[in-house]
Amino acid sequence: MAELNLHLKVWRQKNKEDKGRFVDYDIQGISTEMSILEMLDVLNEKLIKEGTDPVAFEHDCREGVCGCCGIFINGRAHGPLKRITTCQLYMRHFKDGETIVLEPWRAKGFPVLKDLMVDRSAFDRIIAAGGFIAVNTGGAPDANAVPIPKHNSEKALDAAECIGCGACVAACKNASAMLFVSAKVAHLVRLPQGKPEREKRVFAMLNQMEKEGFGSCTNTEACSAECPKGISMDVIAELRREYFRASLKQENN
Amino acid sequence: MKLDSKIPAGNLAEKWSNQKFNYKLVNPANKRKYEIIVVGTGLAGASAAASLAELGYKVKAFCYQDSPRRAHSIAAQGGINASKNYQNDGDSVYRLFYDTVKGGDYRSREANVYRLAEVSSNIIDQCVAQGVPFAREYGGLLDNRSFGGAQVSRTFYARGETGQQLLLGAYSAMMRQVGMGNIELFTRSDIQDIVVVDGRARGIVLRNMVSGQIQSYVADAVILATGGYGNVFYLSTNAKGCNATAIWRAHKKGALFANPCFTQIHPTCIPVSGSYQSKLTLMSESLRNDGRIWVPKDPKDKRAPNEIPEFERDYFLERKYPSFGNLVPRDVASRNAKEMIDDGKGVGLTGKAVYLDFAEAIQRLGKDTIIEKYGNLFEMYEQITNEDPYKVPMRIYPASHYTMGGLWVDYNLMTTIPGLFALGECNFSDHGANRLGASALMQGLADGYFIISYSISDYLAQLKKDKLTTDAPEFKNSEKEVDNKIKRLLNINGSKTVDELHRELGIVMWDYVGMSRNAEGLNKAKKMIKDIRDDFWKNVKIIGTNEEINQSLEKAARVADFLELGELIAEDALQRNESCGGHFREESQTEENEAKRDDENCSHVAAWEYSGADKPEVLHKEQLQFEFVKPSQRSYK
Repeated sequence: MAELNLHLKVWRQKNKEDKGRFVDYDIQGISTEMSILEMLDVLNEKLIKEGTDPVAFEHDCREGVCGCCGIFINGRAHGPLKRITTCQLYMRHFKDGETIVLEPWRAKGFPVLKDLMVDRSAFDRIIAAGGFIAVNTGGAPDANAVPIPKHNSEKALDAAECIGCGACVAACKNASAMLFVSAKVAHLVRLPQGKPEREKRVFAMLNQMEKEGFGSCTNTEACSAECPKGISMDVIAELRREYFRASLKQENN
Repeated sequence: MKLDSKIPAGNLAEKWSNQKFNYKLVNPANKRKYEIIVVGTGLAGASAAASLAELGYKVKAFCYQDSPRRAHSIAAQGGINASKNYQNDGDSVYRLFYDTVKGGDYRSREANVYRLAEVSSNIIDQCVAQGVPFAREYGGLLDNRSFGGAQVSRTFYARGETGQQLLLGAYSAMMRQVGMGNIELFTRSDIQDIVVVDGRARGIVLRNMVSGQIQSYVADAVILATGGYGNVFYLSTNAKGCNATAIWRAHKKGALFANPCFTQIHPTCIPVSGSYQSKLTLMSESLRNDGRIWVPKDPKDKRAPNEIPEFERDYFLERKYPSFGNLVPRDVASRNAKEMIDDGKGVGLTGKAVYLDFAEAIQRLGKDTIIEKYGNLFEMYEQITNEDPYKVPMRIYPASHYTMGGLWVDYNLMTTIPGLFALGECNFSDHGANRLGASALMQGLADGYFIISYSISDYLAQLKKDKLTTDAPEFKNSEKEVDNKIKRLLNINGSKTVDELHRELGIVMWDYVGMSRNAEGLNKAKKMIKDIRDDFWKNVKIIGTNEEINQSLEKAARVADFLELGELIAEDALQRNESCGGHFREESQTEENEAKRDDENCSHVAAWEYSGADKPEVLHKEQLQFEFVKPSQRSYK
C-alpha cells in the first residue's frame, strides 16, 4: 500500500446559473487502495474543516451499478480505465505527484446543477416515451410459456445492462444519446415479448431524444469505448435497422 | 395499544384468496378520485406505483435519487426465489414457505410468509412479460440456481445483476405510467416528515434537494417503500444515500417499529482496507454455490493461500454442516467466519477475512463456465482488491447488509397509523430473524405488484372523501418543524464532520450491536450512542445554506435519525433475551455455539412505540402463533 500526493483541478459551479471555474487543490497521503470517490471524501472532510464548501458529486451504490456517479476525469468519462464507473476507479491507477482534472458531464441535454453534478432527467423522459413493454401487472402467461433461445436472451441482457450513467453522451462530440436509446431498443427487440411494439418504440424514443437536445450520431464510437458496461456498437446498428424497418412498414401501411 | 395483525381465518392455503375476496373494492371509475403517495422507487415502490397507476389511482412517486432507476434494489446481485418447481426437484409453495419460516428462525408470521410463497410464481411471470432477460437453458426455458438455506434450485437470475434487471423492469412499467400522466414523479426529494390528520396518514413533507424548498404533498394514503436501515452501521453494503428518515419520522408520528434488532450481517463482502473506507461491497451469495470457504488450520500459518496444501486447510462450513455445506444461511455463515477470525485464523493483511476459493470449481467446470456464471463479480473483486480471483482465492468478511426489522404492519401491510402502508425492506413482516438469500427481491415485488393493490382498495373504499389541502395546520406545523430542525443543524457550526460522527456511531453499532451481542455490551452501547448523539447536536459542522444543493445537510438530517434509531436497536437487542437468526446473544447459545431460541418467552414480535423525546420507548408484543410449522432447533448439519 503506497500513498500519493496529488494536485487536483476541480470544476466548481455554485448552481445552474453560475458560470463555473476550475479550482486547484493539493491533497496529501492518499492511499492507493482508495477509490477516487473516497479520495474526494477525504478532500471534502478537509474542506469542511477549513470552512469551505465541499465538492458536490453524485454517487450512491459505489459498486458500479446504480449509474449515479460520473465524473469526467482527465478528459475521459469515468477516467482512464475501460469498462468501469467512476466509483470503481482506484487510486492505484494514478501516479504520485500527478495532476487530476475533474469535470462534470458536459452536454446540452445534461445541464450542470452544481460542481460535478448534472441533471440527467432527460433519460427518464426518453424511457417514459417508449422504453418499456406495455404490460400491466397480472395476466402474464407462465414464464416458461414462450421459450427464448439462450443466445437471444444473453444478447438482450448484454444491452439491458446499461446503467443510464450518461458517459456515452459525455464522451460523444455531438452529445448524442444514441447508445443509451439503442441499448434499450435492442434489449427489448431481442426478446419475443418486445416485438409487438417495436415500430412504435423506436420512433417514440428517438423523437424524445431529439426533443431533449441530444445531438445526432455520427458513428465515432466514443460512446461504446467509454461505456462502463461495454455496450457494443451493435446496438446502434440494430437501432438503425429497426428504424429503417419501421419506416418502411409505415410507408406500406 | 393492542396489536391486531388481522390475519384472516381459515386454512393457510386459503387465507389470501379469502382475504382478497373479502376486501372492499373501489369502483374502476372512482379510482381516479383517490391520490396515493409512494415514497421510494426500488422494487417495492416502483412496482406498487406502476400497479396502482395501472388500476387508475392517481399516484405521486418520490425518490431521493436523480432517477427512480437508481434505487438500491438495483445492486442486488444473485437472484430471486420462486416456487415454480421448474427443476422438478420437489419445490412447492409449501416448501418455500417452510424454508422461509425456518430460515427466519421462527420469528415471522406464518400467514404472511405463506402468501409471499404463493405469489412468488406470479412475479417471475410478470417480470418475463416485461422483458427481464433471466438466465436460460439451451432449450429456451428458464434456468435456476441454489441459494443458502434451501435444498432445491429455485433462484431465478440474470448473471450477477438480477436486482438491476428486475428494477429496470419495474422502473419501465412505472415510467410508462409517468408518460401516460398517471404517475407524477418527484426525484431529488428528501422526505422529512409524515403528516397525520385526524389519526390518518395524509401526506408528506420533503426537502427539495436542488432548491432546498420545504414542500408538502397531500393524499388519501401514503405508502413507504424506503428500504432498510443498514447504514446505521456506517459501513454496509447499502448505497450511501439509504436512510431510515421516512420510517423513523413515521415511527415518531405513531407507527410502531418492529424487531429493530433483527439486522442481517452478510458473510461474503470484500474486507475493509482502511479508515477512509466509505462502503462495503457485497460478493453475491450465489458464489457459495461453487466457492468453498476455508481458513488455514493453524493460526500461525501465514503462507500464501495457494501454498497451503489441502490437508492443512479447514473448510469449516463443510466440516460443521455437511448437509448444507457452504450454503448454510447467512447468519450461520457470518457467525462461523467471525469465530474463525476470533480464533486468530483470519487471513489477509488485516487478519479480518476468510478465503472463498474457486480453484476446485474452475477445475471441475472450466474457467469459461465460471466466467459465464460470475464474470462481473470476479471483475468487480479484481477492480477493488487488485487480486485475480481466478488465480487466488477471494478474501471475504461479513458486513451489515439487510434489516429484517422495520415498521410493524398488519396482514394488509398497514402500519399502526391508518392509511400509512409499508412495503419491502422497510416493513418487518416476512423474514423473521434472518432473511434467506434471493428473498428480498421476492418480497419487494410481492408487496408492490401483488399485495398492496388489493389491500389498499379495502382501506380507500371505506374512506370518506374530503377536501384536505396542504394549507391544513398539520402540514404547516410539520413544515415549520422541519424548517427549524434544518436551521438548528446549520447553526451548530461545530468541529466534526457528519461522516466523522456517523463513523463513530458505526463503530459502536458494529462492536456491541453487531454479529454477537451481550447485555453488558448493549448497555454500554446505549450510553455511547446517546453520547455521540449529544456530541452531534453540539459539534456537527455543516457548510453552506439550506437554499442550495447541500449534501452535508442531507447527510446530517439522516445521521441525526440513525443516532436515535441506533439506541432503539440496542434496547431491542437487550430486551430480546434469546438468540435467533441474525440476533445472537452470547448468553443464549447451544453447546455447539449455535443460536438458542427461547420459544417460551420470546416467540413474539417486539413492536416499539415512541413516547416522546428522551423518554423510553414502550414495548408491545405480538405473540406469534405457529399452527403449521412446528418450531424446532434450526439445524443445517
